Order: sequence, then C-alpha cells, then structure tokens
Amino acid sequence: MKGTPMSEVKTVLIVDDDEDFLLQQEVYLKKAGYRVLTAAGRKEAEQLVEKEKIDCAVIDLMMEEVDGGFVLAHHLKTANPALPVIMVTAVTSETGLNFGTMGEGEKKWVKADVVLAKPIRYEQLIREVQRLLA
Amino acid sequence: MNETVNTVTIWVVDDEPGMCRGAVRTLNGWTDSFADLGEKIVCEVLSMGSGEEFLARIATEQPHILLLDGKLPGIDGIGVLEQLHERKISLVTIMITAYATLDKAVEATKLGAYDFLAKPFTPEELRYAVHKAARNVILTRKARQLEEEQRKVRFNFISVLAHELKSPLGAVEGYVNIIRSRQAGDTLADYDHMIDRIGVRINGMRKLIGDLLDLTRIEAQTGKRNPEQLDLRSIAESAAELQKETAADRNIAIHLKLGSELNITADSGEMEMLFNNLLSNAVKYNRDGGSVTLSGVKAGKNIRLLCTDTGIGMTEDETKRLFTEFTRIKNDKTRFIPGSGLGLSIVHKIVTLYHGAISVSSVPDEGTTFTIEIEDTRI
Repeated sequence: MKGTPMSEVKTVLIVDDDEDFLLQQEVYLKKAGYRVLTAAGRKEAEQLVEKEKIDCAVIDLMMEEVDGGFVLAHHLKTANPALPVIMVTAVTSETGLNFGTMGEGEKKWVKADVVLAKPIRYEQLIREVQRLLA
Repeated sequence: MNETVNTVTIWVVDDEPGMCRGAVRTLNGWTDSFADLGEKIVCEVLSMGSGEEFLARIATEQPHILLLDGKLPGIDGIGVLEQLHERKISLVTIMITAYATLDKAVEATKLGAYDFLAKPFTPEELRYAVHKAARNVILTRKARQLEEEQRKVRFNFISVLAHELKSPLGAVEGYVNIIRSRQAGDTLADYDHMIDRIGVRINGMRKLIGDLLDLTRIEAQTGKRNPEQLDLRSIAESAAELQKETAADRNIAIHLKLGSELNITADSGEMEMLFNNLLSNAVKYNRDGGSVTLSGVKAGKNIRLLCTDTGIGMTEDETKRLFTEFTRIKNDKTRFIPGSGLGLSIVHKIVTLYHGAISVSSVPDEGTTFTIEIEDTRI
C-alpha cells in the first residue's frame, strides 16, 4: 500500500449490548481497514460521539432499554442527517416482524440507511459499510 | 371472588307440548350460582318437538345442555344420541324417560348421556339435574381454558429457551469462523481473548442446561421427593462453601446467622438448590469488598430466611420482573455478570412447593434482601 493518508481511514462506531457480537464485528471491520469504536449501550455511544468524529454507525436495535437503538439512531441522524446508519436487529428472527428501509413511511421512523437482520453475515455488514462510505 | 355470569343454553327435545312449556317456564331466565367455582349462570331455553328438528338444527349451532326425551315419535332418544355420537358432537345430555329400564339406561350412558330424569318430575328436580349438568359444563370449559393456558406457557417457555440456547451457539460459531479464517492475526495469541470468550459462553450454556434440569426435576418429581429431617445450618454451610472461592476473589464476606433450631422436614436436594441459588445470586450481584448475610429464624411452624447483600440492587420496576423465567435484569451494572435467568425461578418454585412465600426489597447501589418463608412440611 502506497501510504494511504490517515484522513482516509474511516471510523465506524458499533453499538451492541452483546459483548461477543461487538467483538466479532470489531474484528471484521478492523480487518476491512476501518478504525473501530465500540459502545455497549446508548449512553456510552452518545458520550463517544461527543468526543470522536465517526463516519458510520452500526447500531443494534434492542439494547438494555427496548428502544435504545431506535432512540440512538434518531439522535445521531438528527445531529447529522448525512451520517450513514446501519441498524442490526434480531426483531425479525424473534418476532417475525419485518422492517425495511424502502418505504417512505417506514423511513420516517426507522432512522437508518440499511437494516440488517440478525444473525447477520459479517461479509454483508462489511459490504454495506463499504457501500455507504464509498 | 369475582363472579362471572355466563349464559347456558338448554335445548328441550320432547314431543309433549306440556313438557316443553313446563321446562321453559322452569328454566328460562333461571339463574344459578356456583360459589366454589366463582361462576353464575343464567339459562336460556329453546324447545323443539322432534329428534329430526333437533338434528337439523344441531348442524349449525349447539346448546350447552340437552334435555332429551327418550320416547319420540320419529327418531327416538337413543337414535338421536347415536347420531350425535356419529357426528362426534358431545353435549351434556339429560335423558328424560317415562319408564327407565336398566338396559336403556346403560345404552344411553354408553352413547354419552350424562344424567337421567324420570317422568314425572318436579321443577326442583329439573333444576337440580340442570344444576349438576351446568357444573359439568363449567368444569369442562375451565379445564379446556387451563389446558390452553398451559400450552401457551409451555410454548413461550420453549421459544425463549431455544433463543437462550441459540445465542451462545451463535457466539461460539462466530469466533470459530474468525479463528478459521485468521481474521485477527497469524499467531494463536491474537485469539486468546476469543478462546476465553468461547469458554465463557460454553460454561454459560452448561449452567443453563443444569438449571433447566433442576427446574424440570422440581416440576416433574413431586411424587418422588424424599423428605427427611434436615438441619438447615449444615445445608447453608455447604452452600456457602461452594461460593467461597468466587466470594474470596472479590473480597466478599459471607456471614451465616442461623440458629440451631432450624430443623425442617424437607427434601435435601431442594433445600440445597434453594440455598445455592440464593447465595450465588447474593455474591454475583454484589460489589467487590461487599458482604452477604444469610439469617434464619423459626416463626411458628414456618422458617423465615433472610438473604441480604450489599450489591448493585434493583429498581422497583426491575424487582417486579424478577421471578419470571429467563428474566435477566439488563443494565450497565449487570452486563458482565453471567447467568441463565432461571435461578430465581428455581427458588420461587421450591418456595411454592413448601407452601411458602418469597419477597424482595431492594435499593439501587445499596443492596437487596430476599425474605423467604417456608413451611416445615411432612409431605
């Protein structure tokens, strides 16, 4: 690699209350060349965002507070509408409910660019991050 | 008890218009109550003059109770019962017979008749027969409801369990994939932490399966329990011994304050599960350098146990959800504390077996006290 300038290393924030899932996402994203910040919950994530500049957020929908992920995504998008947000959710596999980002109506309240259903494939996560940051 | 009023529909099938009128007069709008079942009924009566008319009507709607004359002009009472039997319709049927022969009675009973009423009968006799039949209707309905509820609870339990078992498998699988494809580096040391996490998740799963077996044992083995004279002090001591190492690692002191009078007739396995779960929770959810105090006193024929910790405590909202299976209080303080979510369900089930009660009082960041009363039972 011919000296990639530091400014080109993009930072991805991952928020998930599952320690293992958090670590695994971190490994894959680091391998893909991103700088990774991790947070286990909404408050921790919001504190991080105050100090650090992030380029993309990957948020688990259901954290300790049932709607923690929704609220966080909403806050991030309100503060910076251009920030790409990927929502990761086990809601589909656990409840059969289906979220999409296609419909305009849904887009209003699911503040995410992409919704991925758990269990997610990490290659797919990387692909989506790459696409959103391209 | 809150009484519910339900309408019970009764159809009278008799070719004598006088009989039909009398039954309608006696029963229509009549209310009856079943205090022990917490139910009240009001009767709604419909009469018809032949078996044919009844059979035509039964195709679209059904009564709760059928008052059926044995001797009808066309198809007779037994014929009607046979038809019902064939169509797999089961009604609580009272046969009205002018001349009850034993043979007829046996035949009718075989075909599903519930009771017999010999003509002539008084309004009181009719009401008494309907009272008994309605009781049967209510009990059948209640049994069906209970079955349905149990089915739902069971289903819910199994789906949550499946999820709880799937989640560690998913985590382990994720790590295995990372290691297999060398995502984190080329030396084994790069994977040490992940290998530790695999161990933690496998242990968690083993603990879950162990707790699950305990829980099913308590639920299924009520007949095979082995009550004996026990000294609760020694049970508490061995439970404390089991927690000693974990407690020492975090500098948590365990104090046992149980008197020598704490003898109880109980199953030793159940008492061990009770104490182990109480103490392990009190240590697990404690703060470093904290303490656990388990005390016990005799209160009449009950034994009262208090388990107090100086731990992270819970909010009122959290304590309310505490005894539900697979409930784990999720917050920043509990994030790294492993657990199956079944420990307190086990405690609760055991306490219930001993006609006892459990309550909890807790202050966030100060600690939690569980108060348990169990009865010295001679099961």
